Amino acid sequence: MNIPTELLYSKDHEWVRVEGDIAYIGITDYAQSSLGDIVFIEMPALGSTVRMGGTFGVIESVKAASDLFCPVSGTVVNVNPTLEENPGLLNSDSYANWIMAVNLEDKAELAGLLDALAYKNTLK
Amino acid sequence: MKHTPLLSRHESLGGKIVDFAGWALPVQYSGIIKEHEAVRSTAGLFDVSHMGEIAIKGEGALDFLQQLVTGDVEKLKDNQVLYSVMCDDDGGMVDDLLVYRHSTTDFLLVVNAANTDQDFAWMKSHAPADVILEDLSMHYAQLALQGPQAQMVLQKLTDFPLDKIAFFYFEPQIRVANRMALVSRTGYTGEDGFEIYTAAEDAPALWDAILDAGQNFGLVPVGLGARDTLRFEAGLPLYGHELDRTISPLEANLGSFVKLKKGVSCRGSAALRAQKETGVRRELIGLAMIDRGIPRHGCEVMQGAQVIGQITSGTYSPTLKENMGLALVSRGAVNMDEELSVLVRGKLLQARRVPLPFYQKKYKK
Repeated sequence: MNIPTELLYSKDHEWVRVEGDIAYIGITDYAQSSLGDIVFIEMPALGSTVRMGGTFGVIESVKAASDLFCPVSGTVVNVNPTLEENPGLLNSDSYANWIMAVNLEDKAELAGLLDALAYKNTLK
Repeated sequence: MKHTPLLSRHESLGGKIVDFAGWALPVQYSGIIKEHEAVRSTAGLFDVSHMGEIAIKGEGALDFLQQLVTGDVEKLKDNQVLYSVMCDDDGGMVDDLLVYRHSTTDFLLVVNAANTDQDFAWMKSHAPADVILEDLSMHYAQLALQGPQAQMVLQKLTDFPLDKIAFFYFEPQIRVANRMALVSRTGYTGEDGFEIYTAAEDAPALWDAILDAGQNFGLVPVGLGARDTLRFEAGLPLYGHELDRTISPLEANLGSFVKLKKGVSCRGSAALRAQKETGVRRELIGLAMIDRGIPRHGCEVMQGAQVIGQITSGTYSPTLKENMGLALVSRGAVNMDEELSVLVRGKLLQARRVPLPFYQKKYKK
């Protein structure tokens, strides 16, 4: 199970990469493995507001749909255009393929996220 | 959960085990799409031992089956297989099944795993004194070997010339990998292939032998996830989706399996005859999504503001690379190529009616 040490994680199996005021968000290797072949992803609209703990989209495998839970609050400033046509990229490399970029509303929220080791422990 | 004789094999192959109708079975090994594509291009091996097997024997067996199923069992030859349905008095479907005819006094019925106990009870309650019924499900294992290379793989394990087994016929007892098996040219994928019935204790050896023989043919083990996407593309119905007690076979595109002319009337034939006269209220149609999204079982299908039916099955089709759906809708409401909407998680998505089946079956007829 791949868990890059430079990222932050949520217990809902999302990863967060902070660049200045922007948080790039994706799903972990554990998440893509559990889901199986990903065939569809519904991403939020540019400019929409997301709340920590709220849903920000839906990801579908062949068999089922799952909600995506947001690890931070803020405004969506970007969504990954390649995932619409190629949701399977999330299976190929879930860390290289971010889903959305959020302008962070409150950087203090980051303190509530898990580091790689803590996230790894939740998987036991 | 119940388990087949092959559970440890699935686990060691990396199978993701799930609960299917109370059975511990793999939904996938390497991935649903990869497994699906393997069956369409080379071959795949399925553990379908959870299916039920019921023996029906005795002088009254033929007449009993004529009353039980909508197909014409008398027209079958020995060693032939019939796909049919059992209906209730109102024409609703109790189950779909295969009828293997050994002789007029000896049959093997293969029924859905989820319905085995109910089906057996149903049959017993309607059986006359001169018919013997035996639930042999725990004694039989069943493997399905499907795909264009299926015969090449299986031929490596048996001296019996498999070309001699025609489509929907079976050999009751041949030696495969040094085990005795009943082999039929049947399946649930839309490809050429075989279903292989063997004693439960022989299943692991047979499974290993087939996987081994198939190594140079691109054979892979295939789970329930791909089994569903394969049958869906081929337009084959699934109990609980396209078939149940509230659905008539005439609504579900199964009219060709309802033989109302035969000498003995089957249960439900009066209702089915009446439906044939007046026409049924609903029909099963195929649709392709126009808007992004996947229709799922239970999603409402609409024409403008009106609900005209529901999705019975829907998924991403790995062969067509499109999101497709099967829907039971008001008969005549939607013309071919006409647009309609599907309510998916609160959003109305546009779709278009398309012909069935989505995938042209490659049977060796």
